[in-house]
Amino acid sequence: MTIRMLIAAGAALAATGTVVPALAGESLDAVRERGSLICGVNTGLSGFSAPDSEGVWAGLDVDVCKAVAAAILGDGEAVEFIPSTAQQRFTMLQSGEIDVLSRNTTWTLTRDTALGLNFAGVTFYDGQGFMVPAELGVTSALELDGATVCVQPGTTTELNLADYFRANEMEFDAVVIESFEEVNAAYFAGRCDVYTTDASGLASVRATTAPNPADHVILPEIISKEPLGPVVRHGDDEFLDIVKWVVFALIEAEEKGITQANLDEMLESTDPAVQRLLGVTEGMGEALGLSESWAYDAIAAVGNYGEIFDRNVGPETALGLERGVNDLWTRGGLMYAMPAR
Amino acid sequence: MAVETRDDRARPSLWNDPNGRAVIYQILLIALVLGVAWYLVSNTLANLERQQIASGFGFLDRESGFQISESLVPYAASDTYGRAFVVGLLNTFKVAVIGIVIATVLGTVIGIARLSSNWLVAKLASSYVEVLRNIPLLLQLFFWYGAITVSLPHPRDALNPVDGVFLSNRGFKVPLPEPHIGFTLLAVGLVAGLVGAWAVGRWAEARRNRTGQPFPSLGVGAGLIVGLPILGWLVGGAPTALDMPELGRFRFTGGMTLTPEFAALLFGLSTYTASFIAEIVRSGILAVNWGQSEAGLSLGLSRGTVLRLIVLPQALRVIVPPTTSQYLNLTKNSSLAVAIGYPDLVHVGNTTLNQTGQAIEAISIFMAVYLSISLAISYVMNRYNERIALVER
Repeated sequence: MTIRMLIAAGAALAATGTVVPALAGESLDAVRERGSLICGVNTGLSGFSAPDSEGVWAGLDVDVCKAVAAAILGDGEAVEFIPSTAQQRFTMLQSGEIDVLSRNTTWTLTRDTALGLNFAGVTFYDGQGFMVPAELGVTSALELDGATVCVQPGTTTELNLADYFRANEMEFDAVVIESFEEVNAAYFAGRCDVYTTDASGLASVRATTAPNPADHVILPEIISKEPLGPVVRHGDDEFLDIVKWVVFALIEAEEKGITQANLDEMLESTDPAVQRLLGVTEGMGEALGLSESWAYDAIAAVGNYGEIFDRNVGPETALGLERGVNDLWTRGGLMYAMPAR
Repeated sequence: MAVETRDDRARPSLWNDPNGRAVIYQILLIALVLGVAWYLVSNTLANLERQQIASGFGFLDRESGFQISESLVPYAASDTYGRAFVVGLLNTFKVAVIGIVIATVLGTVIGIARLSSNWLVAKLASSYVEVLRNIPLLLQLFFWYGAITVSLPHPRDALNPVDGVFLSNRGFKVPLPEPHIGFTLLAVGLVAGLVGAWAVGRWAEARRNRTGQPFPSLGVGAGLIVGLPILGWLVGGAPTALDMPELGRFRFTGGMTLTPEFAALLFGLSTYTASFIAEIVRSGILAVNWGQSEAGLSLGLSRGTVLRLIVLPQALRVIVPPTTSQYLNLTKNSSLAVAIGYPDLVHVGNTTLNQTGQAIEAISIFMAVYLSISLAISYVMNRYNERIALVER
């Protein structure tokens, strides 16, 4: 009797009390209820996501989060940033600790499927490179046979590295350290001959961490494709759509010449595409489940994609990266927004 | 009427019978525990299913694709995740076993030194203990790792104290004998010497117990341990060819390497644990009544003999149980290797976890492995403890 009651109680508990991290439509509701977006970012990769001396987060990945928050809540500052290491990031997203992961994360098949994640677009086309001390006199990655390589674990970088040396029949010793700061320290202490990560990351490390940036050269070989973009959980299509279209809106805004500065003038534009994007012609916001000013708010918060790029990683910054493949498709790059209609 | 009463007394209702009630409580508790476990497992599976996250241990057969910097068995990026786990496990064993040996020797020496009548020795030993056991181990590991990588020179300017031995921030390089029958015989001789010394020790003790005649078993044992390997080497043709480390463009090739990661972890773990073992050894010795030593001395035994034959055997009974805990701590603390890049089980497992996204499976492997290792150490130490326990007559 008692046991039967207990089993019944247990079954009832399991049936009703099943705790599920945000699913279908729940992410959006949770963000609205909370009044802020929780965004997983890098622990400190200058240009992409790093806190300044006052603890204010800045960078390209950070701006993507702010744009999403502005589109949903109308306020680009309504974001809570949670720093994560390369190893923690997916578990944090899967478990519902963060709403969106914007942390220079490469889009791969396994991550998109078996890890239960969805990539919402590409905000930076990157590729893996090698950095070596200039005094070694190395000019090509093919001269690196027998080198010791510093790398962070749990990254696509670690796998590409092994692939590249295998494909070219070279040997290497890996020094694999989880903490970004510790792996930097190991490279600059001379524990490794080579440091490998995404080329943008190398530029960031060289610009901000190297005792003397001129002492280190980034080799010309780019050994992989690293499309980086924001990630959300499987099973919440509505939220995936929102993040995806915010990214498109930022790119579209650059293509249409909409900037943070001329945003209000653009409301008067006679271009139907601009009118649809900025909500002058209604319908787009409703389709996304957001207010009609979603794209307007996002651009008002962080500017268009070109402005975000130039402000954080562009030629004028310490990283000094050229647009290259990250330029608009109209100028020969890969940045291409699907039509908002 | 009377019959009914007797029946009642013989069989009270299950609820009013203390034994029956105890059984009911036990069953209730088990049901509750099983219910909670079932709830957690089914809930987890349902959530994984709903988010379409892969589960199961099938990933262990897939190609890992990542490199591991040091390994006791051959390993390449084309091997499976399962093999990567084995490599990590063996690396954990390596650092734990060597660490336990060093910590025990060092801890015993320092524990005895702390009781020394020499003021300087005693103070040095107590500062060692107080400093090392009061700084978090993780910080000590960072310190040692930094000390090795920052303070030692680049391979091209490597310190070269003896021909063929190089010390640089890439690690410690020593020559390795070229494969030769002579070196094999040398190793065989060493094993034979160790076994022989142990056998001589047992025989000598038995003879002393029987006849009272002492036998210089220490000297004979040492002679066996040194002599047999040399004999083997000579019989094998006295080879001298060594595989000398040579500086290539980036690194030394040939010879044997002690990596900075392993060195820092081993050094950090064993010095830290030694500080605790030193205190345990000290408490063990102090627990043996001074009268025991006095009695020994008045029989004309030397101080060393008193320590070896009277004090230590009794102190061991106090020392062994807490030392077991320290061995377990050392083994579990070896997972801090993650921080300085030594590829132990957790380090390799974390990488696997991240590449496959299968956190629950990877973490259960960690837990099962550490639990098994810890239980095995406990078992061995408990058996040893039983052997040295006071035999009551």
